[in-house]
Amino acid sequence: MSGEQAGAAVEVLAQPEFRDEPGTVRELLLGTWRGRIGLAVVGIFVFMAVFGKAIAPYNPDASSLDVLAPPNIHHLLGTTENGSDVLSQVLVGARVSIIVGFAAAAISAVLGSAVGLVGGYFGGWTDRGLDALENWFLVIPTLPLMIVLARILSPSLTVLIVVIGLTSWAGTGRIVRAQVLTLRERAFVERARALGAGDGYIIRKHILPNTLPLIFANTVLIVAVAILSEAALSFLGLGDPTRISWGTMLENAFESGAPSAQAWWYVIPPGLCITVLVLAVSMLGYLFEEHVNPRLRENR
Amino acid sequence: MSGRWLAGKVVAALVTFAFVLVFNFFLFRIMGDPTTQLAKLPQSTPEEIQRLRHDYGLDKPLLGQFADYVGDTSRLDLGLSQRSRQPVWDEIKDALPWTLLLVGTGTLLATLIGSWMGVVAATRRGKKTDDGLLGFSLFTYAAPEYWIGIILILVFAVWIPIFPTGLQVTPGVEFSGFFANAWDVAKHLVLPATAMTLMLLGQYFLIMRSSMVDVLTEDFITVKRATGLPWERVVRRHAVPNALLPLVTLSAIQFGAVVGGAITIETIFSWPGLGELSFQAIQDKDFPVLEGTFLVFSAGVILANLLADCLYFYLDPRVQSA
Repeated sequence: MSGEQAGAAVEVLAQPEFRDEPGTVRELLLGTWRGRIGLAVVGIFVFMAVFGKAIAPYNPDASSLDVLAPPNIHHLLGTTENGSDVLSQVLVGARVSIIVGFAAAAISAVLGSAVGLVGGYFGGWTDRGLDALENWFLVIPTLPLMIVLARILSPSLTVLIVVIGLTSWAGTGRIVRAQVLTLRERAFVERARALGAGDGYIIRKHILPNTLPLIFANTVLIVAVAILSEAALSFLGLGDPTRISWGTMLENAFESGAPSAQAWWYVIPPGLCITVLVLAVSMLGYLFEEHVNPRLRENR
Repeated sequence: MSGRWLAGKVVAALVTFAFVLVFNFFLFRIMGDPTTQLAKLPQSTPEEIQRLRHDYGLDKPLLGQFADYVGDTSRLDLGLSQRSRQPVWDEIKDALPWTLLLVGTGTLLATLIGSWMGVVAATRRGKKTDDGLLGFSLFTYAAPEYWIGIILILVFAVWIPIFPTGLQVTPGVEFSGFFANAWDVAKHLVLPATAMTLMLLGQYFLIMRSSMVDVLTEDFITVKRATGLPWERVVRRHAVPNALLPLVTLSAIQFGAVVGGAITIETIFSWPGLGELSFQAIQDKDFPVLEGTFLVFSAGVILANLLADCLYFYLDPRVQSA
């Protein structure tokens, strides 16, 4: 790197970044380019999740003699080892990712905020116990834990949602707890308590509303994690056997020897869908997170 | 005091591991009582089931069973594999070195390449190089590692067949010596290690980049710069060493992800490590093996966290004086 570049770098680094402060979620989503792209991509996948079955050109389960055919005029993304249409399977597969992603993240949000709120607000031994539980879930490797739970229960969509939700709340709990610890000491909470407000009232009216933006931002990021987890579990054969998902598509492609057959049209689309959806959701998550926690913006 | 800080970390690690034992015990012994499966067979009589429960020690009180379990585990007696009838620990012992080789290579490469990319991006912040590296690392971070692995097989083992599609050595070959053998293993290691590296790279890059950006704005860098030191030297000798610290914490946090990656990547490449062992156990519903690998994975992650804490303690004087 030349001295001139270095000088420029120092100059850039020395300047505080002034940005328009987008106010609401609506402004964040529509007013920033990251928000618009993220929203558009997630929107497309949600559309696929709802209408995928209707717009799919073929029955995704229908087999044919046209086995592992490369993309052609009849099958735009070629066919699977059973001669099923790859495009139809990709369209239908969006549903599992979207459902599991959002439902598991919802469970995780509820668990994480409950544990964080209760522990942070009441403190003492309750907090110590819950904190230990949180720590445990943070340290234990998640995928093996999910595998063990999913293998013991038998695979279904509900099991996937519950298992992923149960194993991914600890991070949210940690963040909520930290926020509650500072809120608890604020003057307006003290005032409410002095006026005789009960714990339930204070949590509901003062603590929770001030924690919600944080919970929301964090939950969006959990959606991305949940989508990746569902795909990994399904890939390992722990998915819902009655439903097509991108993870099971990759499992079938791999098990049927698609790589050796150079069937790139079977391998690339499901993985690319997972990647693009996860990227878009994460982008929205980081956008909300930066908005809630402006300190994060300094590094961009 | 410094000693107490470390002692606290060790105790916390032990408590976490104790939790793992309790969890494992309840999950597998209680929910997966082997005799409930046998009871479903029409030819099994109540007396027979009673005898079996006695043999397995399942008629003892819960606390006694737990004590037995902890005792067995501390003697590394993890039961027999339902598939091979071999002791689970023997299977784990054979698989562990292969996982360590894969995970070690992947982590090492990801740390080196990721942090180097982070330094490059941070010193060119906002430029095309920075954007490109950011985009690349975000993509590899979001992409499932097993998908990347399958694509690597498709391209570099099938389409351009320069690397083997799987396994750790060429089967049925007598090697003339250690180096011929090591060379063959190295060739088999390239693709799975690349998949592992790509999976971990993004995090190291992002942390190193933001850490470097922080350090570069600090006053001492400006001062060094003002003394007339060449920029490269300021970056290499003064900025980078100070920016490395968060990587230590990250490598511990990453270890959970590493374990997950080991499972899927080893499955793809038929790499005979703990991950492949777990995958086989999933397929065969081989609970003793699944339980054993879960135990080893958890112990590994807990140990890695502890080591990272110790390293942090050693590297950062602020922790020691605190």
